[in-house]
Amino acid sequence: MIEIRWHGRGGQGAVTSIEMLALAAIEEGKYAQGFPSFGPERRGAPVAAFNRIDDKRIRVRSAIYNPDVVVVLDPSLVGLVNVLEGLKPDGTLIVNTVKSPDEIKKELNFKGTVVTVDASHIARKELGVPITNTTMLGAVAKAIKVIKLKSLEGPLKERFGRLAPRNINALKRAYKELKISEAA
Amino acid sequence: MAKRVGMEVGIAAAEAVGMCNIDMAAVYPITPQSHIAEHLSEIVADGRIDAEFVTVESEHTSISCVSGASATGARVYTATSSQGLLYMHEILPIVSAMRLPVVMGNANRAISGPINIWNDHSDIMPQRDAGWIVLFADNGQEVVDLTIQSFKIAEHKEVMLPICLNMDGFQLTHTVELIEFPDQKKVDKFLPPRKPLATLHPDNPVSMGTLGMPEIYAEARKSQDVALINSKQYILQIWDEWEKMFGRRYKPVETYRADDAEILMLTMGSMGETAELAVDQLREKGMSVGLVKLRLWRPFPFEELKAAVKNAKLLIVTDRAVSFGGSGGPVYIEVKAGLYHEKERPLIYNYIIGLGGRDVPVPCFVEMFEAAAQSAEKGIVKDYEYYGVRG
Repeated sequence: MIEIRWHGRGGQGAVTSIEMLALAAIEEGKYAQGFPSFGPERRGAPVAAFNRIDDKRIRVRSAIYNPDVVVVLDPSLVGLVNVLEGLKPDGTLIVNTVKSPDEIKKELNFKGTVVTVDASHIARKELGVPITNTTMLGAVAKAIKVIKLKSLEGPLKERFGRLAPRNINALKRAYKELKISEAA
Repeated sequence: MAKRVGMEVGIAAAEAVGMCNIDMAAVYPITPQSHIAEHLSEIVADGRIDAEFVTVESEHTSISCVSGASATGARVYTATSSQGLLYMHEILPIVSAMRLPVVMGNANRAISGPINIWNDHSDIMPQRDAGWIVLFADNGQEVVDLTIQSFKIAEHKEVMLPICLNMDGFQLTHTVELIEFPDQKKVDKFLPPRKPLATLHPDNPVSMGTLGMPEIYAEARKSQDVALINSKQYILQIWDEWEKMFGRRYKPVETYRADDAEILMLTMGSMGETAELAVDQLREKGMSVGLVKLRLWRPFPFEELKAAVKNAKLLIVTDRAVSFGGSGGPVYIEVKAGLYHEKERPLIYNYIIGLGGRDVPVPCFVEMFEAAAQSAEKGIVKDYEYYGVRG
């Protein structure tokens, strides 16, 4: 089973991300959960959301304490919230930032795998707004390797309708443009 | 063909209601039930089903409104949570006394105070004696299946009682997961239109819900008790029918690795699946543990419970609500009373867990099993204990 924690700010679409990822995994015949951090959320405030993906039926329903993957939608959250909290030492950190993976590794003193992509730039170009949730899904698909990029297209088409092609372009770009620095 | 989809469980609950050919719904939104209210109103507004969605100003009105509609012979639905359910409390026993087959979803949530919107079972427990059939779902699939089954059970001419289907707020209602939706044609076959025994109609006036003088009140109450107890056999019948048509089996008391277990834990609701993982871990370490999951809270399945625990030495009952000043949590009190007349019965402990959204992950269930086993080993007799609570 792979467990993922998403960090974003209220309104940036972290909850949409977890839903799209869960739907894509289920479309592939896998089992998945997507759930928000339960409770009230405020626009702009730091929020978290979660995914579990497995080949077997998922029974656990408690919170995720030791994720395999952490995704950061908003660069300003690094340093503001402890994005590494509970992340497995050999886990993967995926950050929307202009910085290189090695810079993030050094900054956070993290020895696992770091993936960076300038999702804000891609989202501004492709969608016209700096909302990075769908863009970052492209990076997540590549980094976690358990779902195909193509599987995200169906759920995105259903959710975004005529705006889907732009979102799909954004996630394809992130898939191609991300930078990876593997665990040491 | 059954449809395998990923869907938020709250949305799926509304979709399931949408498959049941309802005539009318009145739902007042409240967290964490709101997605059910919103999505069901969308299904009606989009013309996907031919039903009235009545927007009301409170839960007192939503339950009154669906009850009135039910008395005219309509198939009706409502849903609520927490303070909303408490606000309905005045009307709940009237619905069951009038033998109205209202189906209600309850997204379980703590009650105030302190104000808390997260999951536990404090909202349903004060409704225990309202005369309703009360069911609990463990996961999204069960929410969908039990919703559809509920209409058939409630409307069965030998049952004619309202049903409250409990689904844990957030843990279930806000989780996107895999759900297999049954085929609409098969659902239509399983659930034909309602055939009411008596209806309110201006052309044929009747009185319903009248005064009961002391000469008749006790008989009315007794007959209602008999009706609720008798409903179990029809619930079992309908669950058999469901299994034959849809392949999934439902039982009043579910068990997991319990047959030969010396130590059993009893859960109700979505924490049961998490507790299964603790059972697996402890079994690997050679500990003889198992799980008993209560699906039917009312009518209480005494026979099935006795059969499930008869070989156990220790039974750990978990409760997700408090009965202030009582001898333990409400489930524990019921279980303990139910086993009192048994010659051979397990030692029973009670942990109150997961109040107001307090998370109970797998290691906590492991710890509860181990701590209870150690106490039992020393022969300690005790009542309830708050697990992992400060002070």
